[in-house]
Amino acid sequence: MADQPRRVGLFVTCLVDLIRPSIGFAAAKLLADAGCTVEVPRQACCGQPAFNSGDRATARAIAEQVIDAFASYDYVVAPSGSCAGMLKAHYPELFHGDPNWLPRADAFAAKTFELTSFLVDVLGVTRVDADLEATATYHDACSGLRELSVRVQPRRLLGTVRGLTLEEMRDSDVCCGFGGTFCVKYPDISNAIVEKKAANAAATGAGLLLAGDLGCLMNMAGKLQRDGKAIEVRHVAEVLAGMTSEPAIGAPAHPQTEPRR
Amino acid sequence: MTHVATSPRFKENAKAALADRELQNALKFVEVNFIARRREVVDRLPEFDALRDAARDIKNHTLAHLDLYLEAYEARVTAAGGQVHYAATAEDARQVVLGICRRLGAKTVTKGKSMIGEEIAINDFLEANSVQPIETDLGEYIVQLRGEIPSHIIAPAVHLTKAQVEAEFRRVHTHLPADRNLVEPTTLLTEARGVLREKFLAADVGITGANFLVAETGTSIIVTNEGNGDLTQTLPKAHIVLASIEKMVPTLEDVATLLRVLARSATGQDMSVYTTLSTGPRRADDPDGPGEYHVVILDNGRSAMVGSAFQDMLRCIRCGACMNHCPVYHAVGGHAYGWVYPGPMGAVLTPSLIGVDKAGHLPNASTFCGRCEEVCPVRIPLPRMMRAWREREFERHLSPATVRSGLAFWAAFARRPRLYGAATGIAMRLLALIGRGKGRFSWLPLASGWTRFRDFPSPQGATFQQQWRARRRSSE
Repeated sequence: MADQPRRVGLFVTCLVDLIRPSIGFAAAKLLADAGCTVEVPRQACCGQPAFNSGDRATARAIAEQVIDAFASYDYVVAPSGSCAGMLKAHYPELFHGDPNWLPRADAFAAKTFELTSFLVDVLGVTRVDADLEATATYHDACSGLRELSVRVQPRRLLGTVRGLTLEEMRDSDVCCGFGGTFCVKYPDISNAIVEKKAANAAATGAGLLLAGDLGCLMNMAGKLQRDGKAIEVRHVAEVLAGMTSEPAIGAPAHPQTEPRR
Repeated sequence: MTHVATSPRFKENAKAALADRELQNALKFVEVNFIARRREVVDRLPEFDALRDAARDIKNHTLAHLDLYLEAYEARVTAAGGQVHYAATAEDARQVVLGICRRLGAKTVTKGKSMIGEEIAINDFLEANSVQPIETDLGEYIVQLRGEIPSHIIAPAVHLTKAQVEAEFRRVHTHLPADRNLVEPTTLLTEARGVLREKFLAADVGITGANFLVAETGTSIIVTNEGNGDLTQTLPKAHIVLASIEKMVPTLEDVATLLRVLARSATGQDMSVYTTLSTGPRRADDPDGPGEYHVVILDNGRSAMVGSAFQDMLRCIRCGACMNHCPVYHAVGGHAYGWVYPGPMGAVLTPSLIGVDKAGHLPNASTFCGRCEEVCPVRIPLPRMMRAWREREFERHLSPATVRSGLAFWAAFARRPRLYGAATGIAMRLLALIGRGKGRFSWLPLASGWTRFRDFPSPQGATFQQQWRARRRSSE
């Protein structure tokens, strides 16, 4: 590791910002523990909903603004494979053939990482300081897996959480059916897909379902809860940072006793 | 006369498919068998990814020089005594086929599997013109009996359970004893073989598709597992090959490379059972073979894809791996897509062929999970091209008004982080106030698509950015 602290701009993602800030604080703690200086410039969304809806002009306007906002940082880190994939894999596509912006987008992409990939691949983190008595199963969210090769990094770090056992589910690398706006544009199909995912997660007997993307987590948690399945759902950063005192996703604010396994 | 596209009713089709229990049972075969078999043979071949690169490069090279290879191919076919017919449209292709059938006074035509045959709806057309087409591929034979089109490009009847096929055979094959035993799947195959044997011998013309057209030799190639293709093309007076411009490959050496990725990606076989090469009609010293050999090369919109954002789609070798690995295809099957080509490859190709105004749902009904691209043997960037179709729809104002206005509303905030911060700060606190007790909502206004099937988690309270800045201020 380098001697001087790395300045990391945390791209918290709009879902984390709005729905579950505790993931942002967990990410910030993991980065700080690894010796980074963490800052949060003013931000909204990465623009993926526009990009995937065919509205390239809006996606590009948002991308310009994000690249500007994070220009001064050594790295940009997001607790999401999907948003990091947008920043890293797709921003340069938006500026294809633009001699002014393409180099900036390329440089921005080069310094941008998904959280667990940044910790393991860039910072060389080999272990975390966290305890959790639980059996967990891990869902590989699609963009992180296929656009950024995030697969072993979260598992390697989870393997160092004291008390935690990882139980792999069948088809952990198959989509959960979220797909951004897909889940509301084609709700019946999305539901059929998440039904399979929920069944595979439940079949492991694990009490905890983890993933690195809040969109997928909300989808899976929402399905499991609607079906009355008692599996807690959390972002992997919460477990790695040892910050699991907040109720799990979609769980009541003040549980009588925290169900621990 | 082409198949009427029900693609504009994709949502209704999908809903019906999800409620169809027999279909859902039948579809498990795709999800379970095809994927595991492919994985197994691919894992046994360390150079598989390098072969995919080579396969992609062969196709790219061919597309870059397509005019030259088509000319070279035609010259070779002609030299071998065959005839090439270029067909700009589906109607042109149908007329060529009918012309040959009429000239030979054909009553019946046997058919090997051909997706181009489906694309130009040749069966309906021939029947309407008093020529009886008989599908000889088992899956195609079954869907023909049922008056359906294939639901999968390599497994036409994959949407049916064995019980449904048995019922169909009992309905149609009334000349056979009613009490015959059809429990074992092989008995169905044997029965179809018996019925088809006479048809092979009686047919005047045989139509097959083509997996490849080889420029170097003027050869057309089919890969099959049942051997029906060979009987279809060698026994009748004339063999008609239905192909399209992107089937072109420069050399037999190139074919060898493509064959190494084709069957592995498709059925999880190292090779298909039969790989049949046809070059021209029967020669004087050949023991058998057709007296005439015709190749119909269909364009039907493809040449307009060359040089466009969709050119890479013309690399497709029709293995079906993309649909075999697609969670949406697994959920709704092929017929829901509403036209000839289903799954991710159909989601890109169909709008090119029948128009994005009709097929607009197809490139939208994807989660962009990327599994199709991950398994594609010629590395077609399918999600990227689906997104390119969405861009065309957006530009042409074909996207639904609700989507456009929702997007514009969202974008107004997403482009102005300060405004976004202020608005969401209030909204999330309010939502959290209502939802935190239970932790989630089982109904939310404007979000019924979500809450019909899933709960929606309550926000924790103030947004991350509000909390972060508050903490910063208090620590300063």
